[in-house]
Amino acid sequence: MSPRKAYETELVELDNLVAAMAKKTREAIELAVTSFEKLDVGMVKRVEELDEELYMLNNDIEKRCLEVIALQSPVAKDLRTIGTYLKVITDFDRIGRYARDIAEVTAHTYTMAHIKPLVSIPHMAEMAEHMVDLSVKAFLERDTGPTKEVFELEDKVDSLYDEIFREVITYMMEDSKKIGIGINYMLVARYLERIADHACNIGERVIYMVTGERVIKE
Amino acid sequence: MEAKIVTEDLNAHFGDVHAVRGVNLSIPKNRITAIIGPSGCGKSTLIRCMNRMHEVVRGARVTGKVLLDGKNIYGPDIDPVMIRTKVGMVFQKPNPFPTMSIYDNAVAGLRLNGEKDWKILDETAERSLKLAALWDEVKGNLDASGVSISGGQQQRLCIARALAVQPEVLLLDEPCSALDPIATAKIEDLLFDLKSQFTIVIVTHNMQQAARVADFTAFMYLGELIEFGDTKVIFENPVKELTEKYITGRFG
Repeated sequence: MSPRKAYETELVELDNLVAAMAKKTREAIELAVTSFEKLDVGMVKRVEELDEELYMLNNDIEKRCLEVIALQSPVAKDLRTIGTYLKVITDFDRIGRYARDIAEVTAHTYTMAHIKPLVSIPHMAEMAEHMVDLSVKAFLERDTGPTKEVFELEDKVDSLYDEIFREVITYMMEDSKKIGIGINYMLVARYLERIADHACNIGERVIYMVTGERVIKE
Repeated sequence: MEAKIVTEDLNAHFGDVHAVRGVNLSIPKNRITAIIGPSGCGKSTLIRCMNRMHEVVRGARVTGKVLLDGKNIYGPDIDPVMIRTKVGMVFQKPNPFPTMSIYDNAVAGLRLNGEKDWKILDETAERSLKLAALWDEVKGNLDASGVSISGGQQQRLCIARALAVQPEVLLLDEPCSALDPIATAKIEDLLFDLKSQFTIVIVTHNMQQAARVADFTAFMYLGELIEFGDTKVIFENPVKELTEKYITGRFG
């Protein structure tokens, strides 16, 4: 039996809470983007609830991590692990907040019509969701392997964001009536780009947790 | 960083027991170095080799070198008493001389060296008690017995006694293990203040204490030096798996 049973047990519980946070985060992004794509305000309330649940989980995990520091005095990899929990929960909380922001854009947009069926934004959302999945897998399995794909996807998300930005600017320049919806596209694309950045942060923190090396994705 | 003490292939034996095995270690000058490791790993024996205290035990012997400012303290022309003046030691249990006053304890080393000038003795008592952060607590009561004060004060009196002979290095063997947290904090603050003037080596079982006070940390196991490095590195990302297991409590 491990000599640090209490600590190990607490880590399992913290992992379960982080997994729950990741699941809610994923659901929030999916619902928010679908609500925007379909201009369906019916889903907005659920995204807001998920954001609040994420905030509560964030507080709960933070409290438990501080208790572990106070009672178990973790050092070395144990300390890096607890430090990583404290950082990634902020990333999840922020991702939840961006999902809510997207849902709020839907609430301001649902009376408008899309310029054309959305392609790039749902694609960007798929990539951001996949990045979140990969970074969560890396975190829960203490494996740096999936972070490589997270970093590669972030470059693609950034490129797609630039493309969307240029495309929307063109629409708005061509027709001033499209400025309203165009700004909303830019906002949603910006929020998705930030979600991808937070997934990338999680990947960087997993590398630090596992290897002790600080890697900053350019 | 300049080394104050360097051990080269240092081995220490007690009869058939090989307590310290081929240790090569550089103790940086004017820094605090902590030596950690499980009971019986040779950490106390190692520091006792640094002021030739090890050899006073029957059946004990040392091979290899301990260089103090580059000079081997085990050289043929070296007086061990002179070495112990330069390299002072404080032990686990506070051990003021019980029949002596606080004042007499503070200047005991000086008197043993033949000093009789009261002015020098008075100045030394005040200076060393101030260095040990004890002066303000005992200055009106210097004639009281050295064992009439609290355990923490007694330990600081022992530090004052060691500092009175103006050593260059201070070795501390578990100096806080018999003290409460408040007395421990005072000793730790004291060590922090003293390191600008002295090179300090502390043996401790308390890893949080090592992390708090030491600039460098050495981890020993079964008589061998496993890892030595910056305390921040040892406690954040140690190189050796054995060090990681020990400091995270996953030994055995």
